[in-house]
Amino acid sequence: MSHIPTELKYVSSHEWLRLEADGSVTVGITEHAQELLGDVVFVELPKAGAVLAADEQAGVVESVKAASDVYSPIAGEVLEVNAELEGAPELANSAPYAEGWFFRIRPANVADLDALMSADAYAAEIGA
Amino acid sequence: MTAAQRTPLYQAHLDAGAKMVDFAGWDMPIHYGSQLKEHEVVRSDAGMFDVSHMTVIDISGADAKRWLQQLIANDVAKLGFVGKALYSGMLNEQGGVVDDLIVYLAEDGYRMVVNAGTTAKDLAWMDAHLDGFDVTLRPRRDLAMLAVQGPNAIDKVCAVKPDWAESIRALQVFQGLPFGEWFVARTGYTGEDGLEIMIPAGEAAEFFRELQQAGVAPIGLGARDTLRLEAGMNLYGHDMDEQVSPLEAGMGWTLAMKDSRDFIGRAALQAQKEAGVAMRQVGLVLEGRGVLREGQKVVVEGMGEGIITSGTFSPTLKHSIAIARVPAATGEHAQVDLRGTLTTVRVVKMPFVRNGKKVFE
Repeated sequence: MSHIPTELKYVSSHEWLRLEADGSVTVGITEHAQELLGDVVFVELPKAGAVLAADEQAGVVESVKAASDVYSPIAGEVLEVNAELEGAPELANSAPYAEGWFFRIRPANVADLDALMSADAYAAEIGA
Repeated sequence: MTAAQRTPLYQAHLDAGAKMVDFAGWDMPIHYGSQLKEHEVVRSDAGMFDVSHMTVIDISGADAKRWLQQLIANDVAKLGFVGKALYSGMLNEQGGVVDDLIVYLAEDGYRMVVNAGTTAKDLAWMDAHLDGFDVTLRPRRDLAMLAVQGPNAIDKVCAVKPDWAESIRALQVFQGLPFGEWFVARTGYTGEDGLEIMIPAGEAAEFFRELQQAGVAPIGLGARDTLRLEAGMNLYGHDMDEQVSPLEAGMGWTLAMKDSRDFIGRAALQAQKEAGVAMRQVGLVLEGRGVLREGQKVVVEGMGEGIITSGTFSPTLKHSIAIARVPAATGEHAQVDLRGTLTTVRVVKMPFVRNGKKVFE
């Protein structure tokens, strides 16, 4: 059974989002996503400063099994990417909601988060 | 849709924490937690793979040798003593590969091991070619099969089977020995030393547990694929199939064509050789980021295109490797269409890894 923290927001492409105290939003992939992918061996992250539209491709995660695109679930500017993850992609498997985060974005409109799935809705979506 | 078949080790896999998937109609372990860690264990210590889904076929009868000599492309006359093994393709009239297999010389005939996904087709093909031969085929569904592989594999099997240790240690590579209903062969699909062991089905689970206690880790199909790919070994249905000539799939060494023996597919292969073989199998190496995948297009400037038939991230080398079929005159470099970007890769001679070490230049 996948861990789905209740304080996060989710999208059906298996990214999670966390609203931080400073108004920025951290994005990563869910535990369910890393289970589907298997061992992650490379990640490609967006560039800091990149301005992304909602659902625009923001990176790639490659596992032993498959390559999978990572999307920005909301519009905004990339503030920071997880450089540690590029050197240690296995963090996406071992700590998908913590050290395995992908990038942090300044949302164009923070209210966009309200339209995304709750933990319960995501759990129903993946049949957990 | 029929339910997936289960091997005699199904419960043992669940007990070991396996994630099970459907593979060729069988419920098989894909990994027991981490495919990468399992790969590493086989390269550095010892791991075991349930390969009971593959099919053992015993071949007996007065004409067994003559029948095999026309059925498969390698020559069983090379098998000089009981237990000796031979790798071969079984070809169709067009020279395409019906399956790849191992055949052992047995006391009273031969023993063959074929792939799981091709078993029904193989048996139908063999049946269709029995006319005029005194040959009996006996698929051995009563046997399980466990591959124990890695630098410490033989030591650990010997620790579990001390009475057999002396005989097992005396086995040369590609040689096996019966122990009652068991059969132990020094073969494998990983590029490491090790054994493939056929076991009466009812005794398999206990042997699996004994090996676990001796420190042999269960390994899933995921690591089996990355290990065989590093070892430069073909996977049927990916690196070759009925549409692919063994001459274009790195199997030229398995074609015994020096004498006039007439095997199925020989005339087609002869014609291909005379006309010139257009493609050849090579290894590809991507030292930068990204992973080469099966089905990706290979572009060779001025020569045309090829295709990746198997690709992965190499856990030993920490970069991507692939098996590809490319224009025969391809030089030291090629380009791969990597998710829309043409990326330069090195063309190398396989294998990539043997006995835990990088071997290509």
